[in-house]
Amino acid sequence: MRYAMAIDTKKCVGCSDCVVACQTENNVPIGYCRDWIVETTTGTYPELQLEIRSERCNHCTNSPCVRCCPTEASHYSDGGIVLVDHKECIGCKACIASCPYDARFVHPDGYIDKCTFCLHRVKKGEEPACVAVCPTHCMYFGDTDDPNSKISKILARRKWKRLIPEAGTDPNIYYLI
Amino acid sequence: MSKEFSRRDFIKIAGIGLGGLAVASPVIGWAKGEVLAPDKFTGMYTKRIPTYCEVCFWKCAGWTHLNEHGEIWKITGNNDDAYSAGRFCPRGTGGVGMYYDKDRLKTPLIRTEERGKQIFREATWDEAFDYIAEKMQAIAAEHGPECIALFSHGSGGSYFGRLLKAFGSPNITAPSYAQCRGPREVAFFGTFGEGVGSPERTDIRDTRCLVLIGSHIGENMHNGQVQEMSAAIDKGATIITVDPRFSTAASKSKYWLPIKPATDLALLLAWIHVLIYEDRYDNKYVEAYTYGFDELKAHVKDFTPEWAYGITTIKPQVIRETAREMANASPAVIVHPGRHVTWYGDDTQRLRAVAILNALLGSWGRRGGFYNPAKAKLPKIKTPPNPEPSKTWRDAFPGQFPLAGLALASGICDATIPAAGRDCSFKGWFVNGTNLIFTLPDQKNTIEAIQNLDLLVAVDTMPMEITGWADVVLPECTYLERYDSIRVSPHREPAIALRAPAAEPRWNTKPAWWMAKELSKELDLEDYFPFETQEEELDWQLRQIGSSLEEMERIGVKKFEREYDDLYPLEDLPTDYEFNTDTGKIELYATSFATEGFDPIPIYKAHEEPPAGFYRLIYGRAPMHTFSRTANNPNLTDLMDENTVWINPKVAKEWDLRNKQEVWLENQDGIISSNSIKVRITERIRHDSVYMVHGFGHTDKRMTRAHKRGVSDSELISKVHVDPLMGGTGMRGNFVTFLIDEPALKGAS
Repeated sequence: MRYAMAIDTKKCVGCSDCVVACQTENNVPIGYCRDWIVETTTGTYPELQLEIRSERCNHCTNSPCVRCCPTEASHYSDGGIVLVDHKECIGCKACIASCPYDARFVHPDGYIDKCTFCLHRVKKGEEPACVAVCPTHCMYFGDTDDPNSKISKILARRKWKRLIPEAGTDPNIYYLI
Repeated sequence: MSKEFSRRDFIKIAGIGLGGLAVASPVIGWAKGEVLAPDKFTGMYTKRIPTYCEVCFWKCAGWTHLNEHGEIWKITGNNDDAYSAGRFCPRGTGGVGMYYDKDRLKTPLIRTEERGKQIFREATWDEAFDYIAEKMQAIAAEHGPECIALFSHGSGGSYFGRLLKAFGSPNITAPSYAQCRGPREVAFFGTFGEGVGSPERTDIRDTRCLVLIGSHIGENMHNGQVQEMSAAIDKGATIITVDPRFSTAASKSKYWLPIKPATDLALLLAWIHVLIYEDRYDNKYVEAYTYGFDELKAHVKDFTPEWAYGITTIKPQVIRETAREMANASPAVIVHPGRHVTWYGDDTQRLRAVAILNALLGSWGRRGGFYNPAKAKLPKIKTPPNPEPSKTWRDAFPGQFPLAGLALASGICDATIPAAGRDCSFKGWFVNGTNLIFTLPDQKNTIEAIQNLDLLVAVDTMPMEITGWADVVLPECTYLERYDSIRVSPHREPAIALRAPAAEPRWNTKPAWWMAKELSKELDLEDYFPFETQEEELDWQLRQIGSSLEEMERIGVKKFEREYDDLYPLEDLPTDYEFNTDTGKIELYATSFATEGFDPIPIYKAHEEPPAGFYRLIYGRAPMHTFSRTANNPNLTDLMDENTVWINPKVAKEWDLRNKQEVWLENQDGIISSNSIKVRITERIRHDSVYMVHGFGHTDKRMTRAHKRGVSDSELISKVHVDPLMGGTGMRGNFVTFLIDEPALKGAS
């Protein structure tokens, strides 16, 4: 099983609902966030393109953060979801330095925090909070090892890209383009 | 490739100025609602209480969730609600911030020094009500009860409205008409005999072509429309966006027409010309249902795409191609009427052209065009009849704005300033949930009006600028802490939604229902509030339609069947359909306009252009904010805590501006912004315009997160182009220039 997320940049409007839904669902303190929006404009007036992406931890199959963690606080969980065990974390920030996606931050309580793919919801058969709230329905979450899953089907049908593939981390966030 | 917004910046900006979050007292066992099954993993119980959102006017229905400690935790959509389809927008999701905001109004306030100094003392509710009732009675005795008006843009306003009507005033207004969607309602009434309404009756879900004219869906986060636009993108619909700015919607569009601002009507007339002279309009529909086609055809004869090119800067070929796209999709095409359409003062006529275009495309009453909404019927509370008012706001404007369908907020404001020969000067204002200082254009005028009042009561949850000018401030609890009227507004299927409190009101705040009832006692009008509690009132109403408060607290949303199967009444071109117009037809030639002496078919007139060194000020919305209402919400300021001024790179070069440089703005009347604003250099805006998001630039220190963050566009809108048909206040005829150095303080010599 391999949990992954596909995000349709053709539909995303960059409203940040995913950010605030994650904050409230996971009690992320004000001033911090586990997901965020990036807007990229290319071209010159009036020939312009705008790509909007909702970004977060890529839950890489080959995660440098897991590899470099001295206490094994960063670890793989169900379906390859990368988690941080808050009790084991000593806040050394090695993982922050190793992450090519800048996905981790120091929680005010001292441990390293980041996206969990809302594993607590996924275990109950629910979608991650960001996916469930998205008003444009632009996010898909599921098991890419299952060829019949919605996400596998959409990845088979649509053109996609992953961010910073050259880092060799084998990320599990796909952007439909 | 430029990365305009990085995560590191985001965290840095978001980290500034955030105080500790106030911890709410636990409310275990207080709120009613449904206790959910214990969490499988933690064994903890959570609870959900129905609500409908108050962060914007869309009023999505959802659930307020309490955590295991009984504290408000999160808000989600109700799956049975057509407005939200189970998904709230960022503002609705962040609505928890309204409840937790430590800067909220906490107790009634009475002003102790002159207006403008904004010095208050804390008061008891009794003191506040005594003060208000005494002033109201004095105004009624001297000038008549009609001289007290209500401005409302909040749910609680309905209760103050009931009180004022009982008191004898019909002057109840909302800035959502003359400052927003009024022109479109008048234009569509004049054409189809019906307005567009809210939520808009646009069948975006099933459309094949969506035309947006200055309407930035996706940035204006009107939930249902955003969801439907996304569904239409999925189904391959063509989007055509007309906007001087490369909006988010423009980036999703097959065609972006970067029109020269203020020339939209020329483009619309050219589109009409192409449809008619290329014979691409819906012949059968036009033949069956319209009046005045020949006059229209003659009228637009010379309005060719070549004519429009010189005015709009849109190439003739693009005008033709886009007109053909619309025709190919007909009747599943929507030329969207927009929402905030008070731009240049000829807005009703521009929206008339939009209505005519839709008529030619046969989209009104057809699938993928405009559907026929249905609304649940909820009986009113039985009260004694209201006294007959002897005058209304209209008496202040004899012979003016004959087509205004609702009271004008700007009109009541203007009529508050005494003038020779005016027989209706207002002496008292109730203001509920609208920050008039930011909402009405021409702040100097608004403040002059306020200085002429005998009574200004502001009812709000936040210390918005308007509360600073009030005599009495009544702190309303947030929507998460109160019941409100049942939501009955229309959609494809009729439905009702309940708002119930999820927590006890914090501090000394109260619901509007309670305030209005208490005031009714002071004014001897208690018969108009016959129930002891709001719960009893709601339960009585709900029982009249076969529901109950108990049921609604469980389900939140109740759906009803449509009375008639007429969602798309003109789908199959019935022969006997009659429109609610004088001719019974869709009026391409508006007889009701002609009767009042206005152009029966729209005529393009050139508007003033920015002088050298000035740029047209265009404003709009950001998806995470609603006007100035959310500017201090901790969850939403975390997403965006100030606005920027969008400047084309060519203009930036001319002025030697850098990204993120702080500048001040000065308008054509010499008005300088109170705060500075950061420059955002972007290709996404024309060289003759600048753009900013509305609602920032707060000057009230009591809003600690919003104070001095960005610039208020309202402050710079001092020139108002009033629509002679219905009194709409055109606000896009203002021009600004840049001040690089901090201007000397106002008043300093």
